Amino acid sequence: MTTVATAPVLANPRRSRTLWQDTTRRLARDPLVIICLLYLTALLIMAFIPARLAPLSYEQTSFSDKLASPGTIAQDPKLGGHRYLLGSDRLGRDILSRLIYGARISILVALMGAGISFVIGVSYGLVAGYSSPKVDNLMMRLVDVIYAYPALILIILLQVFLTTLSQQDLAETHGVQRLIVRLDQDSGGLFFIFVAIGAVNWLNMARLTRGQTLHYRQQEFVQAARVVGASRWAIMGRHLLPNVIGPCIVAETLAIPGYIYTEAFLSFIGLGVQPPTPSWGSMISDGYGALRLAPHVIFFPALALSLTMLAFNFLGDALRDALDPKLRNR
Amino acid sequence: MIRVIIRRLLWFIPVFFLVTGITFVTMHALPGGPFDSDKTPPALVRQMEATFGLRQPLYKQYTIWLGNVLQLKFGPSLAARGKPVESFLLPGLAVSAQLGAFALLFALAIGLPAGILAALKRGQWQDRLAMLISILGVSVPAIVLGPVLYWLFGLHLGWLPVAKWADPSDGLWPYISHAILPAVTLGAGLSAIVARLTRASLLQVLYEDYIRTARAKGLAERVVTIRHALRNSLIPVVTYLGPLAAGVLTGSLIVEQIFAIPGMGRYFVSSISNRDYPMVMAVVVLYAFIIVMVNLLVDILYVFIDPRIENT
Repeated sequence: MTTVATAPVLANPRRSRTLWQDTTRRLARDPLVIICLLYLTALLIMAFIPARLAPLSYEQTSFSDKLASPGTIAQDPKLGGHRYLLGSDRLGRDILSRLIYGARISILVALMGAGISFVIGVSYGLVAGYSSPKVDNLMMRLVDVIYAYPALILIILLQVFLTTLSQQDLAETHGVQRLIVRLDQDSGGLFFIFVAIGAVNWLNMARLTRGQTLHYRQQEFVQAARVVGASRWAIMGRHLLPNVIGPCIVAETLAIPGYIYTEAFLSFIGLGVQPPTPSWGSMISDGYGALRLAPHVIFFPALALSLTMLAFNFLGDALRDALDPKLRNR
Repeated sequence: MIRVIIRRLLWFIPVFFLVTGITFVTMHALPGGPFDSDKTPPALVRQMEATFGLRQPLYKQYTIWLGNVLQLKFGPSLAARGKPVESFLLPGLAVSAQLGAFALLFALAIGLPAGILAALKRGQWQDRLAMLISILGVSVPAIVLGPVLYWLFGLHLGWLPVAKWADPSDGLWPYISHAILPAVTLGAGLSAIVARLTRASLLQVLYEDYIRTARAKGLAERVVTIRHALRNSLIPVVTYLGPLAAGVLTGSLIVEQIFAIPGMGRYFVSSISNRDYPMVMAVVVLYAFIIVMVNLLVDILYVFIDPRIENT
């Protein structure tokens, strides 16, 4: 198409736009995208400075205010007439404060899970797709075998392993064990959730990237680069990566709700973050226990979890449509 | 056809060794043993461990276990002091399988028509509504939907029973009514995925040349849609049934917990925290086997939907 540069076009030179400029333009025009981004930004702020936003500490209990309804004023004199905007849970803890602190976990899992699986998956898929068929076949068979491992069992095993380890005294452990325990403590008990999520989800990303790479490596611009004498790594990094990365970003965005849910799910069955650290999953679990007496306890964390997953799903869909308008309505 | 089946079955062998190997090593790397408790004297613990062969080297334990599994014996449950693992797992599996079947049925019964309607009415309000509901469906997870349905229909309105599972022998309505809420909770997300897949795939097929040919030769639109488009559009949907069924399996863990259903999901976590090694191994093998079998089933289904595949 570039060869049909005729005179009138040259006379009226329009600045060419890159794929990403096009994408951002289309995204910025969608009000739904703006709403999702605003919501996620608010969550991000909550995750970074929960202490400034939350009215109370997340572990502040009050036994005279158990299961307080939304909007009631605290009975406990030491809380000085604090108003429970969203009510309190069965230990009399302020739900709003716990909700704000809980955003930390979900956002962290979303970012770390996406980062780990993206980096591992994309580089693995790129190398497999650009290697000789023999190496490619071997690498993808490995992916197939790991894929057959029931992901949830792997995650639960790793979580039990870690919770047992972290209950031991740091002084008694040594070597790798000690390193793992330290890592886990430094990440607030989330280390293996990240590892497990990353370990399970890079497989999808690797398959996708490999498929894309196989498609693009046949094309003229890659051959041209090879003829000019570009090295393997330069071709993969500079020529293939920018082309394959679009669908990968879309797939990764659409995978984030899954990561957030995995953490919530683990915390729900008691294998996630350790109490009293609040996570939306453990708050839903608490609320489920009080479902008969006080349905409001489960309502707000459940709403927050669903809205966050919804925002990432909307964003992923919009990103896909914006990146490739041909795919719209698919 | 036969070759496909044999290849799939052979595929189970490396999967089996990888899955059981990793699980075996990880389980035994966990600190603590199945008989540890504050009350039991250490000498007795050692004796118990010797009785169940836990004091032998790890590779030896694994080969002994392997030999037993080849005879389809999964060993005694250590938490239940020697009752065979199968006596717990099989009744649980039966319940979980029924729940899973109900959920898949619900997902297909809602997802397929919704996806077809959305594709045929592309861009109209039916399409927009179906897609809005489907994106909500994938965003509201079971740990949210379950308690909401539980509260609304079980406690607030009192229309449906909760926290029990009925046997078909208790009568048809009790059986179905106990299964509705858990099955909907488990199937809702799947139905949303099925709807989106069906819509996408049908839209793609509707623009194929053979559809234009079918229209050009004067076939009724209904015949074109049903006989020519729909059948071909189901191929990608069937492909996803394998991973979807695996999702049902793992998802049932949470649904069983919410609705207090005696499925096999509860052995998932309890066996690991009890260090009940034979139980963990049996659960893992069973799950891996089910996933491999579901994929095999999908491959066979393929041939029926798309005759072109048989020759490859």
